[in-house]
Amino acid sequence: MSSTNFNWAAIDANPKFQALHRKKTFFLWGLMVFSIIYYFLLPIGAAYYQDLFKTKVWGVVNVGLLFALSEFVVAWVIAFVYSKKANAQFDAMAQEIINDVDSGRIK
Amino acid sequence: MSMLNKLMLSAAALGASGAAFAGNGAVADEFKWMTFTVFGVIIAITMAITFWAARSTHTTSEFYAAGRSVSGIQNGWAIAGDYLSAASFLGIAGLISLYGYDGFMYSVGWLVAYITVLLVIAEPCRNIGKYTMGDILAFRNDPKKTKTVAALSTITVSTFYLTAQMVGGGVLIKTLIGIDYEISVIGVGILMLAYVVFGGMKATTWVQITKAVLLVTASIILVFMVWAPYGFSLPGYLGQVVADPDVQKQVAKLLGDKAATMTPEELGQRFLEPGLFLKNPIDQISLGLALVLGTAGMPHILMRFFTVPTAQAARTSVIWAMGIIGGFYVLTLFLGTGAAMLVGPDKIAAIDAGGNMAGPLLAQFLGGGENSMLGNFMLAFVAAVAFATIVAVVAGLVLAAASAMAHDIYVGVIRGDHATPKEQVVAARVASGVVGVIAITVGILAKGQNVAHLVALAFAVAASSNLPAVFLTLYWKKCNTTGIILGMIVGTVTAIGLVMISPNMTYPKAVIATANKVLNGEPAVPAKEATPAVERSSFMCELFAMDGCVLAKPAQAAAAEKPAKPGAAEKLAGLNAKLPTLEADLAKAATPELKASIEADLAKVKKDIAAVEKAKAKAEADLSKFEGQTTSIMGLEKPFFLLKNPGLISIPLGFLLVILGSLFTRDKRAEEMWDELYVRQNTGINAEAASVH
Repeated sequence: MSSTNFNWAAIDANPKFQALHRKKTFFLWGLMVFSIIYYFLLPIGAAYYQDLFKTKVWGVVNVGLLFALSEFVVAWVIAFVYSKKANAQFDAMAQEIINDVDSGRIK
Repeated sequence: MSMLNKLMLSAAALGASGAAFAGNGAVADEFKWMTFTVFGVIIAITMAITFWAARSTHTTSEFYAAGRSVSGIQNGWAIAGDYLSAASFLGIAGLISLYGYDGFMYSVGWLVAYITVLLVIAEPCRNIGKYTMGDILAFRNDPKKTKTVAALSTITVSTFYLTAQMVGGGVLIKTLIGIDYEISVIGVGILMLAYVVFGGMKATTWVQITKAVLLVTASIILVFMVWAPYGFSLPGYLGQVVADPDVQKQVAKLLGDKAATMTPEELGQRFLEPGLFLKNPIDQISLGLALVLGTAGMPHILMRFFTVPTAQAARTSVIWAMGIIGGFYVLTLFLGTGAAMLVGPDKIAAIDAGGNMAGPLLAQFLGGGENSMLGNFMLAFVAAVAFATIVAVVAGLVLAAASAMAHDIYVGVIRGDHATPKEQVVAARVASGVVGVIAITVGILAKGQNVAHLVALAFAVAASSNLPAVFLTLYWKKCNTTGIILGMIVGTVTAIGLVMISPNMTYPKAVIATANKVLNGEPAVPAKEATPAVERSSFMCELFAMDGCVLAKPAQAAAAEKPAKPGAAEKLAGLNAKLPTLEADLAKAATPELKASIEADLAKVKKDIAAVEKAKAKAEADLSKFEGQTTSIMGLEKPFFLLKNPGLISIPLGFLLVILGSLFTRDKRAEEMWDELYVRQNTGINAEAASVH
């Protein structure tokens, strides 16, 4: 695990790495904050908006049940969106940086 | 006693409440041979896996990380296996069967937790880490200091979780098939040791995969059988659930006086509405926080990301795990409501007060019932999968604790990273053996103890200590050794300390008062006038029982006088007095219909007598156990901290102290290593490679 072969500061300062860092930070924090807020809406709704949660919308199925089910769907959608973005964009950007390092373009 | 935590540790709560199922288990004697056969087959499969894995487990990387050769999909199944422990598999289905909506709502947090794992933990850990959480922290912080603290925290979390699983497992096996608690615990321990010591991570992973596939398959079959008669219509199916008299009766029982004015339809519908089980929203948010942040700090989950070849595979594995775990919890909605409708909450709670037997009993019912061959085969199968679940989860935990002991403490701190590969593997195996023996011993010592809070505590410590340290090491440039050590110690101590003074502990005064109520009955309560709503005096009063605190109370309508309730002896006398009359009536009964109706009454009275006698015996046992005691082991008469989950306080505190400790000290290495850490975690340059065979 030697770190002498690479100039880490140079890679870090490289515009390509900075672009990856910015894109990832923005995207990950956005998803993270959204998912936490969406999750906590469930216990808050169940405790303080019971009338809404008890409203029947599909036979005996009420808003609360649909909202709880939607938590699963939202979690899966977040996982899907992230993996799409990471597979399509982040991995490619990281690979480009690795190639640049290997070929000596970043020293 | 805490209902919330009863679920978290579901099976173990059974031991805590002392409701040991005294008979020979849920399986009838004539079908025991079949149960043992099914258990034997599943154990044989796992042993075959271990034998196969042992042949390719020689190096340290193979022992701790399966040679980093586990594929993303395989690891996804293994993570799901690690996570679908007995608490979630048996506990959540049971909770739904007894409390409806709240049980389902509870399951959501366990899935959402994986979003944190996916977005911020899995890939960086794969790129930076080697075998343990200590490796990640030691990357830029002082290796010896952080490895020591990380290892202690890992061992603490693993031990809490492990004890809960061991006790839960012992009670579960006893309830299902009547094997003695001690023998169950030793059996779980020996099997688990065999997987870990011989097969290391490879065997543990494949046992988890096998078990997860079996568990999911069994659940899909059960749900298919429950749902198919309604043409797979959600409203059609749930309509039948809420129309079920057993379900309506259960809701009426939970609501007590409030149910008097409700129609059967309203009672049934109430089963699909929140508030039958989870009553304190602040406690729920505190638990939610611990789950969402704690899962990402669980050592046995973190360790899974070192078993895959690349960060991309780590990502794939979390996506698969989320699909499997989430899908499983959606199935649980049907398992729980199906058990409520077909088996009945009464019967489920009679075998286990926490509802843990809902899934197995549903399997038995769907196979044709208690006396059918298929019904008992299905029960045996579900039971065997539950057993495999406990053994496999314990194996994962032992491996995590052993790696902390051998890799972090022995190799990292004591030998200063100068141990030969052979020494490292020997240390790993020896540490596994030591942890395994400790697990068995603790499991036996904790028999009948209140261990229900231990799972909650494990998550709280992981969220308050491990997660802030790992997260800030990975993402915050200024983070350093002092911050990590301060945050981890304070986070752990606060979480444990708060639980020690929380309602999770046993308070003898309350136990004695309840026991006395059962034995002596309750005096009449005079009629009450309506009272207006009361505002709480401050938010802190929701958290701590301080002097001068006024708790919020909703407005209450005037209540009629409540009659006195009789004690157990009086109840028994009344019930016993009915017996001769009913028997005389039975002898005189002219028509078969009348005879049948009296026989039913007679059976009911006998059942009531048995129930009262059981309650009386428990109350008497409690009284003698706590005689003369007035305070909990912390010297408190009643809880000082009012939440069951400490996360709301301990998690922010853990983060805060890492930040403060880092801001007030300077650490040259932590600063110098930041560039390398940040580049490597994002690109995977220099990450540990998969071993080549």
